[in-house]
Amino acid sequence: MAEAAAHEHHDHRPHGWVRWVYSTNHKDIGTLYLIFAIIAGIIGGALSVAIRMELQEPGIQIFSGLAQMVYGMQGDAAIDGGKSMYNAFGAAHGLIMIFFMVMPALIGGFANWMVPIMIGAPDMAFPRMNNISFWLLPPAFLLLLGSMFVPSAPGAFGVGGGWTIYPPLSTSGQPGPAMDLAILSIHIAGASSILGAINFITTIFNMRAPGMTMHKMPLFAWAVLITAFLLLLSLPVLAGGITMLLTDRNFGTSFFVPDNGGDPLLFQHLFWFFGHPEVYILILPGFGIISHIVSTFSKKPVFGYLGMAYAMVAIGAVGFIVWAHHMYTTGLSLDTQRYFVFATMVIAVPTGVKIFSWIATMWGGSISFKPPMLWALGFIFLFTIGGVTGVQLANAGLDRSLHDTYFVIAHFHYVLSLGAVFAIFAGWYYWFPKMTGYMYSPVIANTHFWVTFVGVNLIFFPQHFLGLAGMPRRTVDYPDAFAGWNMISSYGSYIAAVGVAIFLYGVFEAFQKKRVAGANPWGEGATTLEWQLPSPPPFHQWEQLPKIK
Amino acid sequence: MRKFLASAKLLAGAALAGALLAGTSAYADQPRPWETSFQAPATDMMRQIEWFGNYTFAFIVVITLLVLVLLAYCILRFRASANPVPSRTSHNTLIEVIWTVGPVVVLLLIAIPSFQLLTAQYTPPEEAKLTVKATGNQWNWDYEYQVDKSFSFNSAILQDGDRAKAGKEDRSLYPRLLAVDNELVVPVNTMTRVLITATDVIHSFAVPSFGIKMDAVPGRTNETWFKADKEGLYYGQCSQLCGKDHAFMPIAVRVVSDAQFKTWLEAAKTDVPAANKALMAEIDGTNKVAAAGN
Repeated sequence: MAEAAAHEHHDHRPHGWVRWVYSTNHKDIGTLYLIFAIIAGIIGGALSVAIRMELQEPGIQIFSGLAQMVYGMQGDAAIDGGKSMYNAFGAAHGLIMIFFMVMPALIGGFANWMVPIMIGAPDMAFPRMNNISFWLLPPAFLLLLGSMFVPSAPGAFGVGGGWTIYPPLSTSGQPGPAMDLAILSIHIAGASSILGAINFITTIFNMRAPGMTMHKMPLFAWAVLITAFLLLLSLPVLAGGITMLLTDRNFGTSFFVPDNGGDPLLFQHLFWFFGHPEVYILILPGFGIISHIVSTFSKKPVFGYLGMAYAMVAIGAVGFIVWAHHMYTTGLSLDTQRYFVFATMVIAVPTGVKIFSWIATMWGGSISFKPPMLWALGFIFLFTIGGVTGVQLANAGLDRSLHDTYFVIAHFHYVLSLGAVFAIFAGWYYWFPKMTGYMYSPVIANTHFWVTFVGVNLIFFPQHFLGLAGMPRRTVDYPDAFAGWNMISSYGSYIAAVGVAIFLYGVFEAFQKKRVAGANPWGEGATTLEWQLPSPPPFHQWEQLPKIK
Repeated sequence: MRKFLASAKLLAGAALAGALLAGTSAYADQPRPWETSFQAPATDMMRQIEWFGNYTFAFIVVITLLVLVLLAYCILRFRASANPVPSRTSHNTLIEVIWTVGPVVVLLLIAIPSFQLLTAQYTPPEEAKLTVKATGNQWNWDYEYQVDKSFSFNSAILQDGDRAKAGKEDRSLYPRLLAVDNELVVPVNTMTRVLITATDVIHSFAVPSFGIKMDAVPGRTNETWFKADKEGLYYGQCSQLCGKDHAFMPIAVRVVSDAQFKTWLEAAKTDVPAANKALMAEIDGTNKVAAAGN
């Protein structure tokens, strides 16, 4: 009888909307996450293009008009509304890209799809929790988007405090409901991520196929495991911080109100205690993906596997004790700054191990430059640039001059926009044939790469110069001397936007042409378990658990 | 002005290079078009920061080029057509030790001057002779001179309509978004302490040429110091997002001679705008005389 029930359950395959909305299948949920990330990425990217359009020339040109169109403001009110709208766009761009694009793509999308398959598990440990952790995201996203249309400060709409929402600007500075909606949005997105993290930790610890010890586990699974721990430990701190923000705003508490004994800097400590691990949450899964791709297309096993795995463990652990390097100019004591300088520089060592190990994986290999490999090579080089400027910024003495300038913007976009995002596209072109069964056009994929490569470098490289020259970040207008590099940067963003269009066309073309990819389009180098399954994999895989030797 | 004269001499010497230099160094105290590095330093501290920036830059350029060269070598030497049979090497203890210890050595080489720089920033070489309190408001600054008879004034962005009245029509000297109505006036070669706080939200007091940036946090008084060694007009901007007009709360510091400062200080205790007018007239007068003499 139990057998019969199991059999019946096994044959049950939902169709139509039920398949997606009620889904407990890790691959379907992964697909939902990827679609969600693409939509959020387009919206977040459009916000950044609007920002670059505004900054293309000195003066306020775009946002006063936008405020007029969207909020119906006129004259001086439109200019003031436009300034606030610019701040709201900046905050929304950051929050969307982090919580609704990179995290859903890497963790919800690729990790959901590939981790169970790679470790030889039939599904995630808690399939229903997997469902809710996805379906919490759309309402969170709608709350954030909705916040852009409700008042914050007088004559202003949307959260205008940057993604860091420092009080008092986020409390007494913006009394309207926009900030409350954003806080609730982050709460829900955070809950979604915590549930996902619990699911991954349980799955990876308990559901590995027989013979797959931790030290035989693919590096992507390692990366996701470490990321899940970072999420689990850091997000509750953020949740605590923004809850205090919420009660300060609405219920008369004064955690961050100096007049009543609170301290605005307490929020910064709580925020960055989450915020710094968060940047590793964004990049570690990318590290895993890049390791697989470099190994696959070099037809060589990953060089220094254990070193690679434990370098990620080290990065994750040290990532928790460096948070105040975001706060060198807040008035920290000399000894505090000395400690955070030291701890921050330590991270460069395991990061260096990873970069050199990727190169060593290629060394002696037989490298084919398929689109995923192209993106991976781009990742390694651009991440290196972002990494070395990070080493500079780690020094509090030098950061005195660079903090809150465009140099910082350039630095973190090199590691995230050019690092994490390149890893996402590398993963996309690596696993797209596996997930859909179709092969994309390599010509379109390569064009997408080169256009994006040129575009993003044009955006962010000149921002180093702007930062050195002293241009503060988060300003809607700038002294005329900064006009030149800003113009170049803006042109770069238009080129990158063309890259996104090419990407979307490539997806469309692949589904239209339906070129059959086959189980393993990448050949002998692709050794992880997903390549032993047909493309796309069956609805339920590993009915017979694979044996790992 | 000395800077300008120096570049004028260069101009006579080497036509093209001089022309470039005059274009870039006439106003060494504010950002310049197509600038690719720090604004010209006006304090010893900023000179140290600049040195350390160049020092670390040398390391990171070498590291980046090393990665680039290694990648290029792999791409050329180990592409499938050049190397059809891959090796199976996946371990080499020696090389792994080298690329762990190597970065540690580099970091030590960076850390030593880094800690010296940081310590120097928090170890003023002498007692402050002048203390000014800068208070950030949405979206302007209050400067309080803590002298025997302390006084304060407000410093806000210069409105275009007020340029003529203030005698600040020269947009190269008083640039858009940087010029203010009342500058912070300090004497040259004088240890100046700045106490920094805010009344509403967090702001940040930054003057790039001086190498200082300190957040103005409500309920807390932060402290920084500078000792400007070149007379001139120096500009900075609020460096912490503070709301709608964050882009429009510049910081302008006028560094003047001791005598000029004493005169200004006495006058400013009763009438700040008049004191500023008199100071500007004197500075512009000397400049015109110097230019004519040249």
